[in-house]
Parts: sequence; C-alpha cells; structure tokens
Amino acid sequence: GAETLLEISRAHIDGCLWHGQVNVDLAQRFVELGGRVRVPTTLNVGILDLLHPDRVRGEARLIEGGRELARLHRELGCRETWTCAPYLLPDPPRLGEQIAWGESNAIVYANSVLGARTERYGDFTDLCAAICGRALAVGLHTDAGRRARLLVELPPLPEGEELVFPLVGYALGRIAGSTVACLSGLPTATNDDLRTLGAGAASSGPVALFHVLGRTPEATTLADAFGDSEPERVVQLTLDDLRAARDALGGIAGGAVAGVSVGTPHASLAECERLCALLSAGGPARVPFYLSTGRDTAAALTARGLAATLDESGVTIVTDTCTYLAPTIVDTGRAGTWLTTSAKWAAYAPANLGVRPGLASLAECVASARSGTLERGAGWLDG
Amino acid sequence: MADPTGPLLRIAAPISFWGGVDPVTGRVIEERHPNFGAVLAGTILCLPGARGSSSGSSVLAEILRIGKGPRALVLAEPDGVLAVGALIARELYGVDCPVVYAAVPDLPDGTPVRLVDGRIAAV
Repeated sequence: GAETLLEISRAHIDGCLWHGQVNVDLAQRFVELGGRVRVPTTLNVGILDLLHPDRVRGEARLIEGGRELARLHRELGCRETWTCAPYLLPDPPRLGEQIAWGESNAIVYANSVLGARTERYGDFTDLCAAICGRALAVGLHTDAGRRARLLVELPPLPEGEELVFPLVGYALGRIAGSTVACLSGLPTATNDDLRTLGAGAASSGPVALFHVLGRTPEATTLADAFGDSEPERVVQLTLDDLRAARDALGGIAGGAVAGVSVGTPHASLAECERLCALLSAGGPARVPFYLSTGRDTAAALTARGLAATLDESGVTIVTDTCTYLAPTIVDTGRAGTWLTTSAKWAAYAPANLGVRPGLASLAECVASARSGTLERGAGWLDG
Repeated sequence: MADPTGPLLRIAAPISFWGGVDPVTGRVIEERHPNFGAVLAGTILCLPGARGSSSGSSVLAEILRIGKGPRALVLAEPDGVLAVGALIARELYGVDCPVVYAAVPDLPDGTPVRLVDGRIAAV
C-alpha cells in the first residue's frame, strides 16, 4: 500500500545474472524502448568470469546468454562492476540514503551496517527502479518499517571466533524471517563479520535488515532500535540453535577435503590480505582453492603483488561471478568435503553444484587445504 | 481470458524457485523437499510460501516462457517475487499465469480443478 514514490540515488542490479532467455528478452525490451538508467547503477555478479573466460566450462547457451546480458546492461548505462559486494566499492551509500538494491547480502549490508534504505529488490524490479530513478515509499524505505520488532538475545559467545557470525546469521534467518530483529550480546564484530552474519541470515530467511545493539547505526540504544515501543517478541537464541545451524550447513564433516571456496560474498581487501598472511606461513594448497572477489579488489591485489602470492599458494582468483552459481569453475567431481567460511555458500552449493559443504574458519580452510584432510581448531561450540 | 484449469498440485513446504526448480524442465530439484521430482507444468500450483532468492522471478518467468510452467499460482501469503515473474511472462510472451491468494481445498494432488474468481473449484 504505497501512497507515494520516492527518489533513489543509486541502484544495484541482480537481474544481470543469466537464468534463461527471459533475462535477455527483458533487457532487450528495455533497450529497444530506449531505456537508460537514471541513477548510478552497479551490476551484481553474472554467470561468467568475464576476466578469465578460459575458466568457463558451461554450455554454449549459458555463455552466449551471459555475454548478451553484459552487452545489454552496458547499453542501458550500468557500470560493469560485476560484484555482489557493491558496498566495498568507492563511495558507498550513506546513512539514510534511499537506494534500490538487489542481491540479498548487499541489501542486508546496506540496510543494517550502512544504514542506507532499500527494500528487497530483485530480478526485473531492480532495473525498473534504476530506469525510473524512483521506488515505492514503503517498508524499509520508511522509519516505521525499519524499527525492530523482535529482540534476539544471544548466549555468552567467545570473542574473536569468526564462525560465530555465519552461524548466528543462519540461525537468525530461521528465527526472524522478514521481521526486523535486534541482536543483543553479539561479540565484537568488524564490518566483514557483520556482512558474513547478514549473508547467512539472508540465505536461510528473507532477512533484509537487522540491528545489533550498540553496534549498528540505528541501534545505539534499545529505544533507538525499537522506536520507543516494546519488542513484540523476545527470543533467546541458544548454543543448540547454533549447532543446528552448523548441522544444516554440512555438520562437522570429517575426512577428506575436496577443495576450498571462500569469498561469498566477494572477499574484501582485508579478507584477501588475511588469507595471504595465512598462506605465507606454510606450504601451498594441495586441493583446489578458490577465492571469489570483485574485479576492483582483484586489481588492488595485483597492484600490491598479492595476486602473485595467491597464485604461488595454489589459490585461483575468481572475479565477476560466484563459484556456486554454475558448475563452470569448481571441479565438482572430487571426493570429500568442500570447505568454506560462508554460510551462504554452504547453503546454496549443495543444490547448485551437488557438493557436500563444511563450514570452517579461514585458518582451518588454509590448514585443511595443505593437509588434504579436515583440520579443526576452535571447539567452542562443543565445549 | 478463460479460467485456468489443470490438475491440483499442493507444494508441502516453502520452496525457493531459484535453486529449487529446474528452469529447463520445470521440475522440483531440491533433493530434501517433500515434492522433489514434481512436475509443475500445467498445474494449478498451491504454495504454502516462498523463500530464498529474488531470482525466483526469473525461474518462474523462464518456465512459463518455455511452456513448462503452472497454469496458475495459489499462494497462502503474498509473494512479490513470484508475482513479478508471472507479470514478466505475460508482458514479454503473452503467457498468462494468474497469481491469487486463496484457500486450498482438501483434494488429492492431480484432481482436476478450475480457478474461478480467484477461488479453486472442482471441475
């Protein structure tokens, strides 16, 4: 029930990912009608690694479709960013800025961590908003729609354990669904930790905004987050909920490691640097090791000499797409578990690629890639 | 437009069209889903709710384009992703797939039904 439209300052398009001829036909229709985006518009990942075409092993119609979508979106005036982490690009959205973003992890990050305002746009509606420069003034674009209604109280959790974040995120998606939640009791979190949490939440439920008490911009206090109302519901999240999340994402997979895929959503420069530091401290990976990142970040890695470090350590850098999107990149025939730091990758890879996932910290991923068997460090969830 | 008719298919658990439905065959491909293997083509498809990616719009529109989609969608709760997919298929290809919110009668799957004035009726 929107009564008005509002102006948006930018858009991020998810519909540039090829699912079939329909995506090409719609973009073609807009081009034929003389369509052009009216606000700065970035592109989400596509089906192809456009910078490394030799790595694409997909069928012809997929490759042609991916290239055609790239051409059409260029004609529509979109920037060829090809990343699911547009908030890492220079000049990210600011607090209170009205935007129209597609891609679930980008939506939840923009809303929750940056305090920008976007509803859940997606295939077709994102491009329509970009061409109009407007969106319906409803939901998460409004003060009322952004207020928390659910308070999620976390159990005592250790500081400095990175897997806290994907697991809390995955559990949050199941508990909150589309209800705006405020988390209380979250350990110290970097922005990368919060995006891991948000990506996990958006893969297990339609989460588009969460607040973290005392951490995120619209939740300095409880009164801030809940707009002076009482929570409609209070849920105590338990360690059992986190164990259930871990089980849903592959459990404690022992034995052989088939490979590693990190960078879902696209790795930040800080995450890449941490990976390089871990890799520099030992021998190269013995199993396939993929790092997905944006082409901007990949260029920065090359400029700093880190791309060479990664290459020497056996890491394949994937840009413009995600390893879970199509069996074009990952060697899915290998026996064993595919390790990842990402709840989102672990949630989608089984259906998309037919592989068995396992969630592990970045250090565990590196150690396991060297030994070829699962090396587990932290046992905080079982202690 | 004639009232859509077809065999009733009741989906037992929320499903993500992206990743859960094959855009080439129009079958349910999510292995752990209770309706794994179900063919959506030609059905009056009843969904308890959708979940997951907004790319579900594309998958629904794509299976409608190739004639592997349902005749109508009967949803238990509003879902913008599927409604947009159906709208795009009509706009681009002239394929009609009405999306309604309605009660689902307690009939076995496969029962021929008709969608009349937004409600499911036995044929």
